[in-house]
Amino acid sequence: MKDKFIPALIAGVATLILAFPLLGLNLVSDGLGLGIEGADTQTMIYIVLASLAVFIFQLFKENALNIAKNIPLPRRAYKPDAVVSQAQRDKNEKLFTFIIVAIALVWPFFASRGNVDLATLVLIYVMLGLGLNIVVGLAGLLDLGYVAFYAVGAYSYALLHQYFGLSFWVCLPLAGLMAASFGFVLGFPVLRLRGDYLAIVTLGFGEIIRILLNNWTHLTGGPNGIGSIPKPALFGLEFGRKAKEEGNIAFHEYFNIAYNSSYKVIFLYLLALLLVLFTIFVIRRLMRMPVGRAWEALREDEIACRSLGLNRTIIKLSAFTIGASFAGFAGAFFSAKQGFISPESFTFIESAIILAIVVLGGMGSQLGIILAAIAMTVLPELAREFQEYRMLMFGLMMVLMMIWRPQGLLPMKRRHMELTNA
Amino acid sequence: MPKSLPTESLLKVRDLSMRFGGLLAVDGVALDVNEREIVSVIGPNGAGKTTVFNCISGFYTPTGGDIIYKGQSIHGLADFKISRLGMVRTFQHVRLFSQMTVIENLLVAQHRHVNTNLLAGLFKTPSYRQKEQESIDRAIYWLKKVNLLEFANREAGNLAYGQQRRLEIARCMVTEPGLLMLDEPAAGLNPKETNELDALIVSLKEDYNVSILLIEHDMGLVMGISDRIVVINQGRPLATGTPNEIRDNPDVIKAYLGEV
Ligand SMILES: Nc1ncnc2c1ncn2[C@@H]1O[C@H](COP(=O)(O)OP(=O)(O)OP(=O)(O)O)[C@@H](O)[C@H]1O
Ligand SMILES: [Mg+2]
Repeated sequence: MKDKFIPALIAGVATLILAFPLLGLNLVSDGLGLGIEGADTQTMIYIVLASLAVFIFQLFKENALNIAKNIPLPRRAYKPDAVVSQAQRDKNEKLFTFIIVAIALVWPFFASRGNVDLATLVLIYVMLGLGLNIVVGLAGLLDLGYVAFYAVGAYSYALLHQYFGLSFWVCLPLAGLMAASFGFVLGFPVLRLRGDYLAIVTLGFGEIIRILLNNWTHLTGGPNGIGSIPKPALFGLEFGRKAKEEGNIAFHEYFNIAYNSSYKVIFLYLLALLLVLFTIFVIRRLMRMPVGRAWEALREDEIACRSLGLNRTIIKLSAFTIGASFAGFAGAFFSAKQGFISPESFTFIESAIILAIVVLGGMGSQLGIILAAIAMTVLPELAREFQEYRMLMFGLMMVLMMIWRPQGLLPMKRRHMELTNA
Repeated sequence: MPKSLPTESLLKVRDLSMRFGGLLAVDGVALDVNEREIVSVIGPNGAGKTTVFNCISGFYTPTGGDIIYKGQSIHGLADFKISRLGMVRTFQHVRLFSQMTVIENLLVAQHRHVNTNLLAGLFKTPSYRQKEQESIDRAIYWLKKVNLLEFANREAGNLAYGQQRRLEIARCMVTEPGLLMLDEPAAGLNPKETNELDALIVSLKEDYNVSILLIEHDMGLVMGISDRIVVINQGRPLATGTPNEIRDNPDVIKAYLGEV
């Protein structure tokens, strides 16, 4: 106890010293100059209480952590492999997926506009999380600049529309292709680097793209961004009040119903859902294909892979490129949904959030990533009034996760290939 | 008994040297492996045997000497390219993909034989399915051969040690190599498993026309199956010859006894 007392005291006092100038003193404008004023008594009391809390926590840290460790973990619904065969598991999974998709399809017609809009945002993050998961979770490459590919996708659509008048549906695959090419070009030189070095170079790449978009004013509009990007149309039907493109008809006119702006929101949601389902399907396939096996093998033992004739650069590059292409799709959808994009939307914090989704979800697991994307997008929205403390909560959540569940919410339970006919 | 047929030389190593800073770990080693031949490399701990393997398989770029495989110099060639030429190795410490299943380990090894075209895989084209099936069949064949078929769906890391060793050999064999390089395959095996390994290695040579380069401390195994033996001591070649010649070589005896 005694040996813990001194460090705990130091931690408490340190909190006091840090918190007092930060929270306990306010800057007030005093005519032309600035004056300093002590905060109200309540804040002071909180500061003292916080220091006390830190002191007590440090004192009983070990016990507290033990308790945290003993909190029962959320277990996966299914039983061990020995009991449930893979075939049965697949069947359960299919049923489960079917129910979830059915709910997701019907839900927006009953939900409020704001909620559907938020859900669309969640779906964008799901797509980004799934895409980055290929790179980080499956291939084991730490990419801190994933947002760059998102930006490439978003600007691809915005610019192709602005300069060539191409529609969303033409631009969607092109945006994926553009992002993939950027992934390829960047990946080629840097995938020789490992771990931290790769992380730093990708971080730099993310910033370079953003700065480029910011400064290439005559092409991208610089910080002013690009506006009036059209929403996607459904087979020539537009969801605005009036059809903007020639030859298109407004949705409500075609069906002879009253104009309702929530049709557009619901349509965007369903489109995002479709893209997410497409992403999930493709990635699941990839995981069972030779390339997916190779990603996993490379993550497990690179030396063994080389000894068996696997070209690690090509394999890593494929993960990087495919991962980037999903960010490209997500980006194109994002710019269509927002109708306006600027470099502001593609800062490092976005990369960090996407990475947090992957880590929180449990690297590699798709369901985990979906849950994490929901948590990372909906919780801050619910806690609007704590906006200022968002980063603080973000950090706290990460620390707690590292202690309580370092492997993520739902660590990947890989579907093994199984022999049945042997 | 070794046949002294005029066989063609598969691997030729001349004057190989490898320097790590101030340490000359391999110095002037020469080796020949002919078609359908088992050649062993022996020597005390730290003699430089594994380093020789690392040089031949391209994991290290040797600081000197020539390595010629099937008449082609492979000096400085990337490791995975060397493996694709047909020289495949195992490691002193087992390196399986331990969280993948046994059969998946064998499928990964056939990566460059399967259809890796992404679109073909996404749409499961007939040619893609056929290639996958072929690689599964080849994997099953080799699992039978090394007696691991019943464990096909088990995670490789959960196999017993001796089984992991056999799986590692099977994983090399599905790549259909011309030269198999085994780094201490009998280490940690019990006598029964060692006998099985002995039979397996001989069968690889007799039935599959694979040449074998073997590093091994188990003298019973080495003397029993080798056509020729190369002895290395402190990085330098000490002797080369048939098992009988090596057994009676006074230098070799001294090197081994001196070490004890
Ligand atoms: N990458 C390296 N860097 C520096 N020194 C190395 C390296 N690899 C091997 N060595 C040194 O080279 C010498 C030979 O090592 P090597 O592993 O080849 O021996 P070995 O004959 O395989 O021994 P063992 O029978 O114990 O496996 C040792 O002194 C070792 O420390
Ligand atoms: Mg060794």
